[in-house]
Amino acid sequence: MNMTQTVMVLLRRELMLAMRRRGDVLTVLFFFVIVASLFPLGVGPDPKLLRLMGGGVVWVSALLAAMLSLGRMFASDYADGTLEQLILTPTPPVVWITGKMLAHWLVSGVPLILVAPVLGVQFGLSNEALGVLVFSLLLGTPVLSLIGAIGAALTLGLRGGGVLVSLLVLPLYIPVLIFGAGAVDGAMSGLGAEAHLSLLGGILILAFMLTPWAVSAALRISIE
Amino acid sequence: MINRFNKYKYSSPATFYGLAGRLIPWFYGAAALFCMAGLYIGLVLAPTDFQQSEAYRIIFIHVPAAWMSMFIYVVMAFWAALGLAFNTRMSFMMASALAPTGAMLTFVSLWTGALWGKPTWGAWWVWDARLTSELILFFLYLGFMALQAAIDDPRRADRAGALIALVGVVNVPIIYFSVRWWNTLHQGASVSMTKAPSMASIMLVGMLVMALAAWMYTIAAALSRARCIILERERNAQWVAQMLEAEA
Amino acid sequence: MLEGKDLACVRGERTLFNHLNFSLQEGELLLVQGANGSGKTSLLRLVCGLMAPEFGEVLWRGEKIGAVRESYHAEMAYFGHAPAVKEDLSAFENLDFACRLAGIPVSRDEVKGALGHLGLGHCLNLPAKSLSQGQRRRVALSRLLLAKARLWILDEPLTALDQAALKLVQSLLGEHLRQGGMALLTTHQPVMIPGIAPKILDLSA
Repeated sequence: MNMTQTVMVLLRRELMLAMRRRGDVLTVLFFFVIVASLFPLGVGPDPKLLRLMGGGVVWVSALLAAMLSLGRMFASDYADGTLEQLILTPTPPVVWITGKMLAHWLVSGVPLILVAPVLGVQFGLSNEALGVLVFSLLLGTPVLSLIGAIGAALTLGLRGGGVLVSLLVLPLYIPVLIFGAGAVDGAMSGLGAEAHLSLLGGILILAFMLTPWAVSAALRISIE
Repeated sequence: MINRFNKYKYSSPATFYGLAGRLIPWFYGAAALFCMAGLYIGLVLAPTDFQQSEAYRIIFIHVPAAWMSMFIYVVMAFWAALGLAFNTRMSFMMASALAPTGAMLTFVSLWTGALWGKPTWGAWWVWDARLTSELILFFLYLGFMALQAAIDDPRRADRAGALIALVGVVNVPIIYFSVRWWNTLHQGASVSMTKAPSMASIMLVGMLVMALAAWMYTIAAALSRARCIILERERNAQWVAQMLEAEA
Repeated sequence: MLEGKDLACVRGERTLFNHLNFSLQEGELLLVQGANGSGKTSLLRLVCGLMAPEFGEVLWRGEKIGAVRESYHAEMAYFGHAPAVKEDLSAFENLDFACRLAGIPVSRDEVKGALGHLGLGHCLNLPAKSLSQGQRRRVALSRLLLAKARLWILDEPLTALDQAALKLVQSLLGEHLRQGGMALLTTHQPVMIPGIAPKILDLSA
């Protein structure tokens, strides 16, 4: 059994588990929608203002939703002992960890990407901006899963887990937010989104290469 | 530089405890001296800036605090890396000892930034690149301290904190770059504190002296805190019992 | 083949054990005994490589386990306190995934057979959350039949098992040892395997 096969098996297992706990997955999606809807309620329905805010609001809501979903990455495996068994397989940890992060993105990130245009329309974003919004989330949400995994791995089994993960992970999310929301603003204002999207792509590549090692180290620290 | 022979000798908690105890008063003394010198330069010698009022003098605290807050984070990450690489307890303790002082200096720089901003720009807070980066640095410090506080097992707390500190230090340049980017894009009406009027060299000297004062203070505070951590961790060790007996 | 040299373990602030030595050859069974809290589980986790010892090393075929992680883990099977069974998956799915993730190619029939051997044939497709603790442990143990691991590291494998299951596990152990396998276990209960005299490692000493 080579490494790609192991990743595929792990993916299949994670997706199967997510399907059987659809409620958890959907709750995060509803949270995304609710949070985004809070902003107009807070600042008023002025369309000009909302159009200016739209990219940022959807992005912040995506960030918060991603953070909420981090709890499902390793916690249940840690609790029932499956995480240890994964660590004790011959497969190098960075391989199955990448599989786990990919599964997490598919289950928690992709739904956000699919629903975001609807929210974007509510904020009056132009068609071009909507396209950029989706593309920026496509590049950015994997980074949220990748970086978030480090926080999730470090806080295994700790009390106050959810809030603690937020404190650890949100500052690290900030560059993704800046470039993601900036891309949408760029599209809206006509200044162009290429620079933002390229930087976002660069961050994605960097995160993809480095985070599995950090997560592997974090899991080793937490599992002792 | 770390003398290879001494590294292991001073990395033993008992030796460190004694050595640190002797050094701390000197560092506090040096800090006090530099501080007085720096304040003298800043409050008395430096010329009054014709654009801003006397209030500008707060930069003699704001800028050194900001410099030191960033410097301490890097030093903290350095100790964290040493600890993870060589598994030396003392390295982890130094990282933990430095964090609260770093956080405090970040906090001071944020507040003094606000105190400068109000009379100068009319606003208590401006989202300029440097202040915003300081704010994020503050969160990074808080995250480190919160993580260590949440973990009961000292070994796990040390190593988890070290990892997050390293992840943080790698991210700091990225965060700073992205915040600068964000700031220049949204320039609009906001005025940047980094565009300070060109400084008379005496002002720079004053800030450097204050930075040195902060550095001496940091070393003293970190050493004291490290001694407390050592006592706590080694409370069952023989040398602690002997020392307490000798003091009694 | 498996050796522990001068092992020391510290948890929190307590030194659980110091200067511990043991060795395990083919066909041998090592029982780790000691009062609760004496470090039995920690020792097992150390031997697995889940935890690093404060001092000393664990050697597999003469090499440090850190250096030969992949091949060591391929030849080893570990059972901790938690049965490592996912609640939302059925018994069949649990065993199937567990084997595949460990790199052991298995067919449907082999999985069904292993579960049947442990008396779980009738609840193959029930989600694990509807199984009792004992049944979940048996799902976990069924992996032993398929894993073909040379070294079994079992932490209290006999808890929550009824008489029939107890006998079954002991016979599995016997079979494994007779075929040249090795086992390291902690247990509070007596382990009777005909023909095998276990080595004892007492941590309370």
